[in-house]
Amino acid sequence: MNHWLVVPVVLPAFAGPLIVLAMRHDLVLQRVFSTAATAAQLVLALWLLLQSMGGEIQVYRLGNWAAPFGIVLMLDRLAALMLVLAGVLGLVIQLYAIGSGWDRRGRHFHSLWQFQLMGINGAFLTGDAFNLFVLFEILLIASYGLMIHAGGELRLRAGVQYVVYNLLGSSLFLAGLGTLYAVTGTLNMADMAAKIALLPAQDTALLRVGAVLLMLVFAVKAALVPLHFWLPATYARAPGPVAALFAIMTKVGIYGIIRFFTLVFPSDDALMRLVSDILLPAALVTLIVGQLGVLGARHMGRMTAFAAVGSVGTVMIAVAQFQPQGLAAGIWYLVHSTLATAALFLAVDLIGTRRQGGSLWLRPAPPIAQAGIVAALYFAAAIAMAGLPPLSGFLGKLAVLQSVREGDMTALIWAVILITSLFGIVGLTRAGSVVFWKAHEDGTPAPHAPDEPQPEEPGFPSAALALTSVGALVAAMVALTVLAGPMMRFAEATAAQLTDPQPYIEAVLERQEGVK
Amino acid sequence: MEFLIASAIGSLTAAGVYLALRKRSFAVVLGMTLLTYATNLFLFATGRLVIDQPPVLREGVTAYTDPLPQALVLTAIVISFGMTAVVVVMALGSFIEGGDDRIDLPRREREGPDA
Repeated sequence: MNHWLVVPVVLPAFAGPLIVLAMRHDLVLQRVFSTAATAAQLVLALWLLLQSMGGEIQVYRLGNWAAPFGIVLMLDRLAALMLVLAGVLGLVIQLYAIGSGWDRRGRHFHSLWQFQLMGINGAFLTGDAFNLFVLFEILLIASYGLMIHAGGELRLRAGVQYVVYNLLGSSLFLAGLGTLYAVTGTLNMADMAAKIALLPAQDTALLRVGAVLLMLVFAVKAALVPLHFWLPATYARAPGPVAALFAIMTKVGIYGIIRFFTLVFPSDDALMRLVSDILLPAALVTLIVGQLGVLGARHMGRMTAFAAVGSVGTVMIAVAQFQPQGLAAGIWYLVHSTLATAALFLAVDLIGTRRQGGSLWLRPAPPIAQAGIVAALYFAAAIAMAGLPPLSGFLGKLAVLQSVREGDMTALIWAVILITSLFGIVGLTRAGSVVFWKAHEDGTPAPHAPDEPQPEEPGFPSAALALTSVGALVAAMVALTVLAGPMMRFAEATAAQLTDPQPYIEAVLERQEGVK
Repeated sequence: MEFLIASAIGSLTAAGVYLALRKRSFAVVLGMTLLTYATNLFLFATGRLVIDQPPVLREGVTAYTDPLPQALVLTAIVISFGMTAVVVVMALGSFIEGGDDRIDLPRREREGPDA
């Protein structure tokens, strides 16, 4: 048994409390320790990704208990990829939060950050449905704290809505899990899959209720229309770096849908058809609503939030059929859109922190400091978000378009994707021109950079670090484009592994020598 | 017994949903609480309703109640208790900062400070 599998959960679980208990009053120490912990998680995630590339599915039995009774952690290609994505995002955005000074505008930022990463890592690794619920709650409760970091009336109001919406989602999650437990008598996902394959036909009604409840829960997390209402206000009002990290939280919902409907339920054909028939229209409407929101938003935070909604729609269009090609395209676009959404949120935050009063409203305002480099970063992030060449979004959209060519709704899907892309481009372009070009119309000179020649006061924001971390996200997308071949082959291998759940189930339920 | 549990879950859910749709945060918090009660009862019932039996498995014991849902309910109670505390504190925070306890966002959230 490979004990490293549990470290992505245990490491932040120790780092978080340690930061609260031992370093509460020393921000520099917090920053160093927390960044080191996140960097260690990234290195570990990369190492686990390397191990998963061969296609072996690793099982970690907590406490060495036998499989359907004890909790298992699972590492396959998808889990490893998501861990790396969470690690990259966690580290880069944390550096941004340090560089922009966001982490000292409230208390306990770094500790909450670690708890957030613990929940995200655990949700990707776990192979137990109830454990997934618990880890969802961990990542949610940390996100409530991060969401209202630094306070403010509108942020708190949006935060209350966010909490209430997610509590309703959690109740639904429990109800879904309860229904599935009542049908199958197990909570281990692999065991559940094995039991469902043998289920007599008269028991499938309750199973389908449970499956659709779970789909709704994950759709709430992923912000699929019509369950997306919590997202725009939450993301627009959250602190910039927190909103950027939340880019991966919607992807946790997509991960849940992919995991459950490729591993647990695929043996029930009628159920899979039902779910596909719900998910595909929902995904199309999500894409339309998201991109129209980009076009219609008057606030840059809301604009980026709607862009995030749109990207969820694109991923879901590819995933909805649960076919290998679509899954591969969806996984590729998922990685890309997470990076792009995070980069755009950070670029927007760069603008906000340089404007008077931190206003993100799309109105002409006096020119901002370092307008050149901020504009370049915004431009790059917007290109990625809109899916234009040369960045990886273009290849992702191409793969998504190609993956739906076989179905009977090809014309509709292509039309929706291509037309809404145009909406997105127009919306993002208009925002850029209002912020960067109309700024010069009133003739006020650009202010000097606010923070370059300042003394090295501890905890002082460093603009260079903030700009570099946004640049790092853009660089990650460039790397994704340059390494498109290997990356696409990995996505295809991941999809192949997902559509053949038998080895996964066997890895959990068989080969159990030496367990309690 | 089945009727009692089912109608209790049903009426708690109905009341919870009604309250959660109100626009004052106090009613919404109450609604959330009722919904979590309903969910916990439901979860408890997923192990089938058995009266007066021990929740343990032993050699020779044939009549028992499923212990797993009880463990799940315990976890769910702890989590929902913590979450209720969080939402109360946040609702209080937004009441103190904003001056009222409406759950919907004011118009200026969407249209800017001078709308």
